Amino acid sequence: MDILPLLLNGFAIAFEPLNLALIIGGCAIGLFIGAMPGLGSVNGVAILLPMTFLVPPTGAIIFLGAIYYGAMYGGAISSIMLGIPGASTAVATTFDGRPMAIKGEADKALIAAATASFVGGSVGVVLFTLFAPPLADVALTFGAPEIFALMLMAFATFIGLGTDDIPKTIFSIFIGLVFGAVGLDIISGEPRLIFGDIPGFYHGINFLVLAIGIYGIGEMLWTIEISKGNAMMSKATISVPRILNTLVELTRTWRTMLMGSFLGYFVGILPAAGATPGSLMAYGVAKTFAKDPETYGKGNIKGVVAPEAANNAASTGAMLPMLTLGIPGSPTTAILLGGMVIWGLEPGPMVFTDHPDFVWGFIASLYVANLFALLINIAFIPAFIAVLKMPFTILAPIIFVLCIVGGFVPTLDMHDVWLMLIFGIVGYFMRKLDYPMAPAVLAIVLGPLAEPALRQSLLISGGSFAIFFTRPYAGVIMAIAIALFVLPLIKIALDKYRRPKDG
Amino acid sequence: MRMAELAMGVVMGVFSLYLMWKSTELPIGWIPGEGPGGGAWSFWLSTGMLLCCIAIVIRWAKRMTPQSRSTEVYMDSRGLKLFLLNAGALTAMIGLFHIIGAYGAIPAFLIFYLRFMGGHSWRLTGTFAAVTPVVTFLFFEIALQKTLPKGFTDPWFEPIFAFFY
Amino acid sequence: MKKVKISGRVGLLGLAIGLLTGLSVATVPGDAGAWEPKKPVEFIIMAGKGGGADKAVRYMQNIIAKHKLSSKPFTPINKPGGTGAEALIYVKGAKDPDHTIMFTLNSFYTTPLRQPKIKVDISKFTPIGRMAEDTFLLWVHKDSGITNVKQFVKAAKAKGNAWIMAGTGKNSEDNLLTDFLNKAYGLNMKYVPYKGGGRVAKELAGKNANSTVNNPSEQLGFYQAGKTVPIAAFTPARLPLFADAPTFKELGKDFVYFMQRTVVGAPGMSKEAATYYRQLFAQIYGSDEWQGYMTKKSLQGGFITGDILMRYWLREKAVHKVMLQKMGALK
Repeated sequence: MDILPLLLNGFAIAFEPLNLALIIGGCAIGLFIGAMPGLGSVNGVAILLPMTFLVPPTGAIIFLGAIYYGAMYGGAISSIMLGIPGASTAVATTFDGRPMAIKGEADKALIAAATASFVGGSVGVVLFTLFAPPLADVALTFGAPEIFALMLMAFATFIGLGTDDIPKTIFSIFIGLVFGAVGLDIISGEPRLIFGDIPGFYHGINFLVLAIGIYGIGEMLWTIEISKGNAMMSKATISVPRILNTLVELTRTWRTMLMGSFLGYFVGILPAAGATPGSLMAYGVAKTFAKDPETYGKGNIKGVVAPEAANNAASTGAMLPMLTLGIPGSPTTAILLGGMVIWGLEPGPMVFTDHPDFVWGFIASLYVANLFALLINIAFIPAFIAVLKMPFTILAPIIFVLCIVGGFVPTLDMHDVWLMLIFGIVGYFMRKLDYPMAPAVLAIVLGPLAEPALRQSLLISGGSFAIFFTRPYAGVIMAIAIALFVLPLIKIALDKYRRPKDG
Repeated sequence: MRMAELAMGVVMGVFSLYLMWKSTELPIGWIPGEGPGGGAWSFWLSTGMLLCCIAIVIRWAKRMTPQSRSTEVYMDSRGLKLFLLNAGALTAMIGLFHIIGAYGAIPAFLIFYLRFMGGHSWRLTGTFAAVTPVVTFLFFEIALQKTLPKGFTDPWFEPIFAFFY
Repeated sequence: MKKVKISGRVGLLGLAIGLLTGLSVATVPGDAGAWEPKKPVEFIIMAGKGGGADKAVRYMQNIIAKHKLSSKPFTPINKPGGTGAEALIYVKGAKDPDHTIMFTLNSFYTTPLRQPKIKVDISKFTPIGRMAEDTFLLWVHKDSGITNVKQFVKAAKAKGNAWIMAGTGKNSEDNLLTDFLNKAYGLNMKYVPYKGGGRVAKELAGKNANSTVNNPSEQLGFYQAGKTVPIAAFTPARLPLFADAPTFKELGKDFVYFMQRTVVGAPGMSKEAATYYRQLFAQIYGSDEWQGYMTKKSLQGGFITGDILMRYWLREKAVHKVMLQKMGALK
């Protein structure tokens, strides 16, 4: 293979002083944008796009790629510190990251997230370098039936996320799916569930509105109540020995990291899937196959490592269909794609041969960006910890303001802010009654991917469900999904059989 | 707590019924040769929600969940007061966004929260109330070019924009 | 069937006017009394992120920034909800019409027709400038071995309603074209809607669909890679980029269809502001970058503005009304 000289040439481009400066600057900016609740990599890349005409195209995509990476690292920060996922890709990180922060292990969680992101990103970019063209062909053949099968698999991996109260868990999943259906039904072209004919519902219920409402406002109200209004966010400390201890502990999670990385990468390359299902599946798989599944959700470090490795690997993976097919694998890559057009490049199968400097400079810069994002992230951890030590009566109003502004900015619509407040308040009341909220938040992300895929498939097959089993990829994924659904049920049945129900 | 559990189950059940009714605006059945209609997904899922709510109420009646056995009060007076203060302040802030804009509402909220709820010094309160809007403006409006609502203060910002561009 | 003909015949005239206004603004920059935006301008997009309209707006935003054509930035805001209904409602009720403009597609006509509930009258909007008309072609996968419409019709007939035509949403432009093909050639193709033209193009390249009616910009990558081929064009004359694809006119079906790419101002925009935006977008239209973009994306049509643009809208609206009625999308 002649990849090596091309890659070395790419590194020469990435290490040009201007490009290196762009990588470092991009990582730092991305980190901050990603750490804000409500702002994720999509916003970062979209907003800074017009500024990239100042530099040559290769520098421009390197800069945006670095922002993308930085933001993916940053997403974990608000998940862990505030318990508010800044982007859908970071939802799974809250499951164990937040409990760790509450236990006073915020530093540990942040380092674990950064390290896992680094491993995930590295695995992703290596796979990218080695197998770009053949994987692109596989991704191309993925149609609606395969995507639906994949979504079903994602659902299967998170049935275990709820509490023991099964009706409440199912309720939560379903309400998330229904909210995800609000807006336009693309199959019939009709608007649906436009409550009270309010125009704000035409764009659907944004994932962020529900997530910030529930995790930002709802959880904050809950925290204020149980702490009687004068709690500290967490007792966080950081020191060199603690960092070293954490790193040693992390070496024991290598299996989880690699699992998350590979899984995330392969889900990420599929068009339309993106990093969110990848990170959920990684969490689900880590929990399902763990020896100690009951510690997940209570601050297990592997519960941070798995989704973080997966979402960074997936964001690298999502660039593959973008570069090789001209199809975005995620909203962020859609914007990057627009950027390439602006700079006069035609993404697609020809880009590797027509613009090798651009492609390989970009790929090499991902290696470099990954490293710098890690270093910058670790360097800032003490600063984040310091923020956590502020008295709660200062932190709470600042978080509220961040939530409101963060909920407004993505759509610039006050409708979403009001909706967020309603979700927050209702979420708070439900939270008090132990309704699990995470399934609803995940369902609102996956629902709008799953439902059209289901109906497109049935439209193609003329209403026959056989289409999900007769196509090779769809059939295999479907079989795995069904196995994942059945496995926990068998487990529960066995448990019940072994020790008869008490009371 | 016990009454709250029942009330939430019933309210959500009614909400599910509303969603089911709203879903029927589009066909909810099976269209031969095409698959489910546009309202089917949300209709049948809402039906599922309704069934869950019924299950929640049955479990409540049989006292199967910890909440339905709990004799604790759902919200004591202190909790209620805290909730009303926080949620009320938030609602007021969002409402003020429409009238005096983000740059009036944010300082007002911060002053209320820091000074009157947090009991912090005027110095600290003033610093936060002054710095937060400035940082917000520089970060969102200038760096990210995202315009926040300004209410009737909108024209006051024209000279500021003229200065920056 | 009745002959349906839509074309940008006024394009040339419009181009001349556009260039003249463009020149005139170039000679009087910074005129003391001239209106200019006092704050960032909201540039609403009737479609989602990453689509053709979105790319075009971000491209124009770049041209504005690069040549410093405006003292204030233009901030793109995507409002794709309800096939543009949300954008139309927003712009109709814009609080500051002088700082609100919108980039529109053909949903500018079809959405108010199909959703009378939203009560949008497009004749109230301020015409700024039509930046281009996007073209449509009929595409098939290269491996299908189909190279002309005759073979296409034969293959599609043989498969009946198992022949999958992918498109961008029910009752969208793609759906109109599919209906036309079905009627004109006695076919029974099944129309499967997807979200966005890029996704549609990919479904064809991945052989999950048998044919599409994509815009050139959406299929270009796959075309260059030798995965897909255009077999006919819905244009009055052959496109330079795809000279081998005949027009439907040549094939005896007089059917021409374009997608407008037009900048619209909010209703109630002041005269001064409208003049400013018209001159600005005429300048963008005349820039080397925009002209290059048009060539590369195989876009057609001249710059038209003012009353000519308004007449163009009303005519297009009437034409679309007839088309939608025919396909049964209007009650």
